[in-house]
Amino acid sequence: MTIPIDGFLEAVVRGATPLAFAALGELVAERSGVINLGLEGAIVCGALASLVATVAFGPSAGLLAGGSAGLCIGLIFAFFVLVLRAQQIIVGAAVSILGLGLSATVHRALTGGGASAIHVATLPELRIPFLADIPIIGPALFSQSLPTYILYALFPLVAYALYRTIGGVVLRAAGEHPPAVIAAGHSPAKVQFMALCVCGFLAGVGGATLVVAQTGTFSDGMSAGRGFIAVAVVALGRWRPVGVLLGVLLFGSASALQFLAQSLGWNVPYNIVLAAPYVLTLLAMAALRGSGSAPAALGRALNRSASLV
Amino acid sequence: MIGRSRPLQLLSLTVVVVAALSLVSLTIALAGFDVSTAARAALDGAFGGSFAIFSATLKRTTPLLFLGVAVAVAFRAGVLNIGAEGQFLAGAAAAAAVGLHAPVESAVMMLPLEFAAAATAGMGWAAIAAWLKARFGVTEVVSTLLLNFVAINAVGFLVRGPLQEPTFTYPQTLPLGESARLPLLVDSQRLHWGFVIALLVAIGAWWVFQNTAAGFRARISGISRSAAESAGLIAVGRVQASALLASGAIAGIAGFSEVAGVTYRLYEGLSPGYGYTAIAVALLGRLHPIGIIASAVLFGALGSGADSMQRNAGIPAEFASVLAAVILLGVLALPAAEALLARKFRVARAL
Repeated sequence: MTIPIDGFLEAVVRGATPLAFAALGELVAERSGVINLGLEGAIVCGALASLVATVAFGPSAGLLAGGSAGLCIGLIFAFFVLVLRAQQIIVGAAVSILGLGLSATVHRALTGGGASAIHVATLPELRIPFLADIPIIGPALFSQSLPTYILYALFPLVAYALYRTIGGVVLRAAGEHPPAVIAAGHSPAKVQFMALCVCGFLAGVGGATLVVAQTGTFSDGMSAGRGFIAVAVVALGRWRPVGVLLGVLLFGSASALQFLAQSLGWNVPYNIVLAAPYVLTLLAMAALRGSGSAPAALGRALNRSASLV
Repeated sequence: MIGRSRPLQLLSLTVVVVAALSLVSLTIALAGFDVSTAARAALDGAFGGSFAIFSATLKRTTPLLFLGVAVAVAFRAGVLNIGAEGQFLAGAAAAAAVGLHAPVESAVMMLPLEFAAAATAGMGWAAIAAWLKARFGVTEVVSTLLLNFVAINAVGFLVRGPLQEPTFTYPQTLPLGESARLPLLVDSQRLHWGFVIALLVAIGAWWVFQNTAAGFRARISGISRSAAESAGLIAVGRVQASALLASGAIAGIAGFSEVAGVTYRLYEGLSPGYGYTAIAVALLGRLHPIGIIASAVLFGALGSGADSMQRNAGIPAEFASVLAAVILLGVLALPAAEALLARKFRVARAL
């Protein structure tokens, strides 16, 4: 029996795409010094918003609406963390519960108890001529839908912005040593606020990708822990864009096991395949022990004098 | 949270709950539902008569009380255990497995066995996170969260595999036999002895924290890591690992109480997010046993009220978790709000 390697790789990239948006957002937030555990809520709300907007205005509007919904959730998180200076982890958990509950409530109200699920046509696969014909990796990388290609631009863009622009240096400084940012005449809280906006928006787009590019419909809790995995992936990737990329591909491989099991006719229980990404993430975190490269001020509240308001 | 008077705390918590309720009623009104019908349905469903109180509200209070205590035990020691959901499921699965298969006839033997199995399983599930932290430095926030998803799938696997009912039609176990069930507390009502166990656990946990050396060490570790370490007698890592294990054991017992007292079998979706609501229960209760009992009853009532609103006013019951999140956020906003008020008062007095 041959292993369908190109199909597997295609599934890897596919599975990694929604997570990659969220993880990039989380990377930006954590480099600015904030752990955003509310990502899960942003993803799931982005997913629902994109479904609704796609029905009304089409899939590109869906991606934007998803981002906007994620941004709103990100703003709630930012308000509690930066203005009220509440504990980041707990606020994150609360915001995730809020997002999951809110999306489930609105979805039920829209569909009347899920009796009439809403379906939309998913974005088509865009085959890039010639590149898609490269053996093995061609179809995986160049026969995907729009969001994947956006990521190809987004990863270098985020890396460039973080390391090669003044804004990026200030942002990273806010994550390492906020007093230095103040000394340089910037406000760490404002930097973190903007980072959280970017984070929320990207997570929302990630959720939208789940709907618009993959499933074409919404189900309660369809984010399935991707927000939490994104937090893990950023730590796995040592808070660097390339590391995050490798981390999301790892997750993609774990989720592509489902594809592999199906196409090879393995008799593996469904739930074990479903649990694989979580287990693999935990194992990877244990294997790559230590957090020496974490931003020094990650997760710490700013001093009152440095915070917004 | 230190140095403010009890009545003031109580007042501000009440304000949070009332504000959250008004915010949500406003949303319900804006969504075009009739608020007074909805409110009547909610009140009826939560407190209208003995059935509502014993078979709905207090029945729902029970797991929230256990899990609220579990979360509080960890939080007070400074461990952010967000995995009560997974530990609950581990306990539930163990209780079901023992209840179905242990070669024991009498309830006097069976119930303690189920109890012990569930506590051990919950503790074991938490131990994974404790081990990952101690051995590999993996933060418990991420590991406990991810383990929740593993637990959900593990239950899914069990009820489709080793523990599935013998016709292999439904993803669930056989019902537990009579001797494996917790007796009912009130005749012809669904409230069971798990509720009493939950009360005892809440008070017992509080007693341990207030009156034992271990409890003292845990409290200090939670208040200030550096103070605990400089005292020289407290190995914070070990104390926090023990607190996480204790927290997992209590969450596991909650699983036993739910399976042996309410559902009598294991299936997917056993918990509608009890483990997450429990964070709101614990923090609204200020991590204090009396507070947690009160807030568990409140959230139990919100749950049964929401069910009744869905039946009678067509409002999606999922909004109960929105309300839980809003209350949780309100509690988190309290210190800032109180600081602001205090500053205002000081300014006023200075004038």
